[in-house]
Amino acid sequence: MSEAPVLELRDVRKTYPDGVEALRGVSLTVERGELTAIVGPSGSGKSTLLHVMGTLDRPSGGSVAIEGRDLSRATDDELSGLRATRIGFVFQSFYLLEAAAVIDNVADGLLYAGVPAAERRHRAAAALDRVGLSHRERQDASKLSGGERQRVAVARALVGDPAIVLADEPTGNLDTCTGGELMELLHGLHEAGATLVIITHDEEIAASVSRRVTVRDGLIEGDS
Amino acid sequence: MSRLLPRDLLRLATVGIRSRKLRAALSVLGVSIGIASLVAVLAISETSKADLLAKIERLGTNLLTVGPGESPFGEETKLPAASAGRVRLLSEVESAAAATVVEGATVRRSSYVPANITGGIFVEAADPELLRTLEGTTASGRFVDRASERYPAVVLGARAAKRLGIHNIGGIVQVYVSGRLFTVVGILDPLPLVPELDSSALIGYPAAARLFGTERNPSTVYVRAQEGEAQVRAAAALLPSAANPLEPAEVAVSRPSDALKAQAAAEGTFTSLFLGLGAVALLVGAIEIANVMIISVLERRSEVGLRRALGARRRHIAIQFLGESFVLGIAGGVVGVLLGIGATGAYAGYEGSTLLVPPVAIAGGLAAACLLGAVAGFYPAMRAARLTPTEALRTT
Repeated sequence: MSEAPVLELRDVRKTYPDGVEALRGVSLTVERGELTAIVGPSGSGKSTLLHVMGTLDRPSGGSVAIEGRDLSRATDDELSGLRATRIGFVFQSFYLLEAAAVIDNVADGLLYAGVPAAERRHRAAAALDRVGLSHRERQDASKLSGGERQRVAVARALVGDPAIVLADEPTGNLDTCTGGELMELLHGLHEAGATLVIITHDEEIAASVSRRVTVRDGLIEGDS
Repeated sequence: MSRLLPRDLLRLATVGIRSRKLRAALSVLGVSIGIASLVAVLAISETSKADLLAKIERLGTNLLTVGPGESPFGEETKLPAASAGRVRLLSEVESAAAATVVEGATVRRSSYVPANITGGIFVEAADPELLRTLEGTTASGRFVDRASERYPAVVLGARAAKRLGIHNIGGIVQVYVSGRLFTVVGILDPLPLVPELDSSALIGYPAAARLFGTERNPSTVYVRAQEGEAQVRAAAALLPSAANPLEPAEVAVSRPSDALKAQAAAEGTFTSLFLGLGAVALLVGAIEIANVMIISVLERRSEVGLRRALGARRRHIAIQFLGESFVLGIAGGVVGVLLGIGATGAYAGYEGSTLLVPPVAIAGGLAAACLLGAVAGFYPAMRAARLTPTEALRTT
């Protein structure tokens, strides 16, 4: 199983009920330990691509496999299980629970994996250490700056030790400076062995990443 | 497979409540008012019922009254003059006393009070045994006895004395009974079993016969039967033929404690109306919770999306919102039960009775609140669970 690519899309298509063809045959393989940027203008289908890769949405055609397992016949509950244990997400607007402490926000990354509370906190503390926010553990999420919030979200994505982390415009709500810092963090995590896919429309950010997949009109235009 | 530990469910179910405390408190208020009114209605009726029953217990249930009934042709009848004496001979009877209304007699404080102002006081001739038979007591003075019954002496019922403004018989107090001066020799304490005597003025039979021509035929014979339900029933069965051997069918026997028992039972029917009102309040509370939950689901769409991305199954989402509504319901139930007990306690304190909250009211109140929370949360929870992750995550 360790031989199989972490993520494999084969001729994935996605047509929405209103007739919009968001993906028109995308094939893409992500190997373990890779850092990949998916770049494209808005409306190019890259968000749909992220949803399909993250099992949040099912393709209309083609196949998605995670760690060699084909998901065409997986039930909704099985996909939930996969997201709970094998996939981590980072969203543009962070999605933190404002009223909860930072460490609890991170620990929530393990909430649906059936990990006991004490163990979740223990691992959350370690994940916060990885993103350099150990000193903020006990504070409410509402007290944090944008950059800190996104680092908490990254820690939450990492806490379950997923096979792959999908980041949807992670710097989209940050200024250039904090965005740069976040990219540094992601690079650091990549160097430490994490498999990351970053979706962005920001060419500058994409330029810092070794593998760039360019999407346009639901098709892959370039992969370098 | 993703799974949610039961212990985490409680925390999840209160996430929304903790972040919007005022809203949660207001939505709990509706339910708690409904539950409080249900508990208070049940408990207050139970308390006052217990009070009445205790009162009946204290007064005794072995007092019977015998009065003239109706003839088969619907005419008024009279009890024979000797009826009280014959009733007294029954072995089931401990004591009996006759009382006869003196027709047309009035009582006034002085001759200056117009004759038509009667104060609702009526005059009755009574046997000296009456007070003992009723187990009554005098607040002041004493009852008409064998000596004073021949003279213009009168004993006032509690309400009659109050209406005449006579509070004790220190010195000589006299009242006008149909134009003649009578000396007040006693004032009675209230008689809860025979409240009609509270507004009477009692004089002796010989005086009534001499001064007003009153005959011996009793309007009522008060009978104290021997203790025990069997004795009371036996006495009640024998009383008609003892009181009027020629026409036993023309005798009406009643048991004053039955009226109080009927009153206790009536308390119960009265409560069903209030229970209905409480149920309406509860329904409004449930709608309020459902409303708050629907708003909560709409507002927290992105939280639903995030949780799905973190691996929550549909049922985890449903159970979180259902749990939240359940917690709101239970909170409303607990607050409501406490409010209800508090209200009953205040009532009991005011009435001077002992607080009695039926356990069924508490259990029923809590159960109703739980059920209500679950029902109110069902639709919003299903709505949240039906959202697909991408729908939930879509910003805007």
